[in-house]
Amino acid sequence: MAEIKNYTMNFGPQHPSAHGVLRLVLELDGEVIERADPHIGLLHRGTEKLAEHKTYLQSLPYMDRLDYVSMMCNEHAYVMAIEKLLALEVPVRAQYIRVMFDEITRVMNHLLWLGAHALDIGAMTVFLYAFREREDLMDVYEAVSGARLHAAYYRPGGVYRDLPDSMPLYQASKIHNAKAVKKMNENREGSLLDFMEDFTNRFPACVDEYETLLTDNRIWKQRTVGIGVVTPERALALGFSGPMLRGSGIVWDLRKKQPYEVYNRLDFDIPVGVEGDCYDRYLVRVEEMRQSNRIIKQCISWLRQNPGPVIVNNFKVAPPKRESMKQNMEELIHHFKLFTEGMHVPSGEAYAAVEHPKGEFGIYIISDGANKPYRLKIRAPGFAHIAALDEMARGHMIADVVAIIGTQDIVFGEVDR
Amino acid sequence: MAANLTLLTTNLTTIFANQIVSLENMLGELTLVVRDIDMLEVLTRLRDDPDLRFEQMIDLCGVDYCTYGGEICEGGAYLKSDIAPDAYPSRFAVAYHLLSLTHNIRLRVRVFAEDDDLPVLSSVVNIWPCANWYEREAFDLYGIVFNDHPDLRRLLTDYGFVGNPFRKDFPLSGHVEMRYDPEQQRVIYQPVSIEPRELVPRIIREEHYGGLK
Repeated sequence: MAEIKNYTMNFGPQHPSAHGVLRLVLELDGEVIERADPHIGLLHRGTEKLAEHKTYLQSLPYMDRLDYVSMMCNEHAYVMAIEKLLALEVPVRAQYIRVMFDEITRVMNHLLWLGAHALDIGAMTVFLYAFREREDLMDVYEAVSGARLHAAYYRPGGVYRDLPDSMPLYQASKIHNAKAVKKMNENREGSLLDFMEDFTNRFPACVDEYETLLTDNRIWKQRTVGIGVVTPERALALGFSGPMLRGSGIVWDLRKKQPYEVYNRLDFDIPVGVEGDCYDRYLVRVEEMRQSNRIIKQCISWLRQNPGPVIVNNFKVAPPKRESMKQNMEELIHHFKLFTEGMHVPSGEAYAAVEHPKGEFGIYIISDGANKPYRLKIRAPGFAHIAALDEMARGHMIADVVAIIGTQDIVFGEVDR
Repeated sequence: MAANLTLLTTNLTTIFANQIVSLENMLGELTLVVRDIDMLEVLTRLRDDPDLRFEQMIDLCGVDYCTYGGEICEGGAYLKSDIAPDAYPSRFAVAYHLLSLTHNIRLRVRVFAEDDDLPVLSSVVNIWPCANWYEREAFDLYGIVFNDHPDLRRLLTDYGFVGNPFRKDFPLSGHVEMRYDPEQQRVIYQPVSIEPRELVPRIIREEHYGGLK
């Protein structure tokens, strides 16, 4: 009989289901994985080092580029760390706006995850459905910040500006005639909040659609049930957070346990899995989308009734109003100083964490009182998850690696930083 | 939260009476500093003691303190920080961010590596398995060696990379750049051709500058 030896296989770094640039060295026994050695760092840009050479405000857009599918949540942790060091009180309206956009981001992230995960393991349609709704949320991003992806909307002390009163409208073109455009613009006639309200009303039905395609789907279950099982004890030891931890049955959500901003005033539930396999994590994330929808609804009704400032009135941290800057010497100096020298953050250290769609996203800032951080450490949830890939994939087939990468919701922007 | 912190402070001072170098509460975050010879004992106890139960290591962060608050001489900046440069005993430190799900509390543990030229600390992989990659990262970026680590390789930098890029004496632009050489028909490394420049100088102002806290 021929001698059978283990062999190693290289997976990626250019592989559609590697979710970016993951190189994976797999040691195989036939089709069964004996060992998986992920090589990361192909997208390493040294964000933390760059931040040491930029003022606090200049580093903010780098945060968008970490986890580039949940941009505003990254910014949130960053501005929260700065606010903690500065001991700033953020206006309540800004807090509600941030919470609303955190949840919009969560829905966006989960939609991309759902589409990509399903596509990886063989379901095409979900991707199209998920991106249909994601497009609307992208428009909301664009309306509020001017950018579809890299928003740079949050600021230390609040948000860049208040929500706009109008949504951008579609224009008639060769593809869409005036009648079709009128129909497309139906829910865009009002303000951003009107558009979001319309979205929250139709979104639960959309989630039902995704679920019709997947939840009871025999193939989907065969590919996910019992795959990548993590026990609660191991999930803790491996440093999991977010849906990866909740999928294993541990009730832990920073929004409930260590509430930041206005989460303690909002009503929502935390879904928890039982088995700790890919299927349970899928169920957890789908339910999270429904819960986010609930939170967005509450934020909309609050924001409608409570106008007010959206950024602190401290010119050492936030710029003065444009009009007053043009007319007033003192404001002009403030504006100039803030955008050249930047803000000074008192010496000390602070760690701020948010419940990011992928888990606990934390920013640890060490400041020596300068206008730049002395050290900025980004705690990315995906980093701990991908480190556990070896343990999760052992004993599974090659095809299951794809399911496991998918269920971990890996984005290399944050893993490699 | 505040009551939790007071309780944790009392617990820590009783349990680790002889091992605490310092324990301070700043901005509602507790920072415990221990010596490197005590670290394994302290960290194991932090995980296992029923009054502490730090089940999760959230983050491990290497820090290079060599220019912290010292004389600043970049791009014409002129001010001196109020913190004495010798405020930190050695150059390299590692900050562990721990989280207790049982008690819903966080703790930061800082350990300094005594030797500045060859910083060595004990690995905590046996206490928290997730430390594996975090320690590889700190080894890669700062050159901190972790004793008894099962697989201490570079993690984030390129294959064959030389140096520890996050050290304060490593320039932002790096030492080498990579390009395709049409004559040799391969990718080659050469010394960087760009000048490092500081767009905004680093400035430390006096305390309470501009009415800030």
